[in-house]
Amino acid sequence: MLSRVADRIFWMSRQMERAENMARILGVASNMVLFGTKETREQNLLAPLTITDSAERYFETRKLVTFDALMEFLALDPQNSSSIYSCLKWARENAHAVRWQITSEMWETLNTTWIDMKRVRRADLVGAGATKFFDWVKDRSHLFRGVTYGTILRGEAFNFSRLGTFLERADNTARILDVKYHVLLPSVQDVGGALDYYQWTALLRSVSAYETYRSLYRDQIFPIKVAQLLILERRMPRSLAACFEQITQAMERIEGQDRAAKRLAGELNARLTHADIAEIFQDGLHEYLTECIADMHELGGRIQRAYLGTA
Amino acid sequence: MERRQLFDEMRTSAGEVREHFRPIAEWLKETPAKRVAEKRREADLLFHRVGITFAVYGDAAGAERLIPFDTIPRILPKSEWDEIDRGLKQRIEALNRFLDDIYHGQEIIKAGVMPPEQVLGNPGFQKEMVGVDLPNRIYSSVAGIDLVRHSDGKYYVLEDNLRTPSGVSYMIENRKMMMRLFPELFERQTVLPVEHYPSMLLETLRAAAPPRTRDPVVVVLTPGQYNSAYFEHAFLAQQMGVELVEGADLFVRDNSVYMRTTSGRQRVDVIYRRIDDAFLDPKAFRKDSMLGVPDLFAAYRAGNVALANAVGTGVADDKSTYPYVPEMIRFYLKQEPILQNVPTWMCRNPKDLAHVLENLATLVVKEVQGSGGYGMLVGPTASKSEITSFRKLLKAKPENYIAQPTLALSTCPTFVKRGVAPRHVDLRPYVLSGKEVKLVPGGLTRVALKEGSLVVNSSQGGGTKDTWVVE
Repeated sequence: MLSRVADRIFWMSRQMERAENMARILGVASNMVLFGTKETREQNLLAPLTITDSAERYFETRKLVTFDALMEFLALDPQNSSSIYSCLKWARENAHAVRWQITSEMWETLNTTWIDMKRVRRADLVGAGATKFFDWVKDRSHLFRGVTYGTILRGEAFNFSRLGTFLERADNTARILDVKYHVLLPSVQDVGGALDYYQWTALLRSVSAYETYRSLYRDQIFPIKVAQLLILERRMPRSLAACFEQITQAMERIEGQDRAAKRLAGELNARLTHADIAEIFQDGLHEYLTECIADMHELGGRIQRAYLGTA
Repeated sequence: MERRQLFDEMRTSAGEVREHFRPIAEWLKETPAKRVAEKRREADLLFHRVGITFAVYGDAAGAERLIPFDTIPRILPKSEWDEIDRGLKQRIEALNRFLDDIYHGQEIIKAGVMPPEQVLGNPGFQKEMVGVDLPNRIYSSVAGIDLVRHSDGKYYVLEDNLRTPSGVSYMIENRKMMMRLFPELFERQTVLPVEHYPSMLLETLRAAAPPRTRDPVVVVLTPGQYNSAYFEHAFLAQQMGVELVEGADLFVRDNSVYMRTTSGRQRVDVIYRRIDDAFLDPKAFRKDSMLGVPDLFAAYRAGNVALANAVGTGVADDKSTYPYVPEMIRFYLKQEPILQNVPTWMCRNPKDLAHVLENLATLVVKEVQGSGGYGMLVGPTASKSEITSFRKLLKAKPENYIAQPTLALSTCPTFVKRGVAPRHVDLRPYVLSGKEVKLVPGGLTRVALKEGSLVVNSSQGGGTKDTWVVE
């Protein structure tokens, strides 16, 4: 496959996944502003900016964090390259450039999504409208993944698409967990204790893990179990371990020969397979997640250099 | 060619529906207007969703528009098509012989059939191509020939497009759309298929490969996703199952062409290029070209890669060469032309120029290098000031222009705001030259949607129709 094409497919899938994650993050924020004290409300509003690493850019032009301003910046701002608007736009742009290498169903899904996105107005996203919008973004992303899975040839395009999806998802899960943990955990002593029910269920829901948690643990919500579920539980499709299973598989199937990227993906996968959640907590969850995020960044760079050419 | 009553594709001058149009006429009569309108909206939506759009130059950056699609097909009986088919094959054969000749022995000049300056002084003539031998001696592998039907009911050739003719994807998509929207129409008549065009194209391109290659690797070279015809480049590459490359995907080593892939470099044998000669290779042609591949022309001259169409075909489809095509047919094939040219005044001849200047209000004046409906004057519909400014242009550079009588293009029933009304149409069939010369039965019918307008170009507000050849 042409390197340029692989690059576009990789980013097309990353951007679609990013849009979905952004909708998930904002969905939680919109929910959380209804609860808690003034202080926790503010923290909850800041969380989306911290998770997406965009606080600095946000405060360049704004002073206050309100849910409305947040929506404008993270959902609709064309100048913000990680807003839902920009992600859907670039996912479609990338698909446009390679529409002959993806199936027409994939192209049509992204093209239709973009056409509909262009019609969304600020006024549509007030109150219940916001939730409807987030659900729509998630639906479009689910549809895109399903359409991809159901129509594309199991070849290089599929491999690079999966790589993009799961690398983005792993990164997102790590970030959400890292930031939320920080916000939600008043002190380290609280590890193991039962915490604010609403906050934790919201976190679980943001990664579609609430029902899973209930059915797997049949227990109150404990932070350590949440971490176990989101980091190491291979059966949970948004966990780091599950993402890395997909990433390693895709990497193994890529025809091109390269040691650096394939080796690192294998190493990260092995680390997740043999890790123990108690040990991770002993050494510090934040430190562990920070390292994970750095490693994933390095992996992304190596993939770019090995297969995706000059871009 | 006098002007008489317009030729209508559906009705005779007595108002009777022609036999091959009868099923459609009945269908139009019995189908409620509301249902047809619904279907038309559905078609618009589908085209938009599928992304079959056309970028219009000069429009806001990256703007994409739909080419309006009209749901009433243009229909030709097979007997009529067979004549067109023979005429086009003859014409393309002569044009390919002409190109081979002027880049080798130049017999046509020696014989005095064409003046040397007409050929050698033409901006489309590429000196670098002199003496270069091509496989099968095919220069224009893919040609699009524009035909119009005059009030005498005869088809005339309006223009030869031998460089990078576009529109064939619409021919195929229009058919798919019609079959999807109105399957019942195809039960009433046997419509000959056109959807196999991409596989015929692939066969043609493989035939252009350098002789040493056994299983040639074919690619489509596009200027990129913002080009007005990008949809078509992508569509054809996908339908043929070959790579769609941009200049930056290719590189030349040791006079051979390769593409960059995720598993290293891969050799390329045939390039169906949809970029102009001037942009192919910054080292050989325009130095500022960002679209091309450095040293591509050297690899081409060395015979290590084939380009389709060949470099230098522009000399043969230039509007000042056009008047000589009937002579080419007589000279190379010793045959009489089956399809006629439109009478043409060449403004470079003082006598022709005088006639043109006197009759500007009734003529169509075209730039010899122009295309896409840009840079032309349609006398009868032009304003006084347009005519005055064209008069100045003509006097300043007469050799840049030709003139033709304003043709009474035939009309075909078309959906307009107020219902169904006749609108002017032309026809562009696509001719493939590989081991043999082939066409699919049909082509792209373009329709001028404005009442009375004769300009069918999509860049000037034209639409398209499905074209049916029926048995």
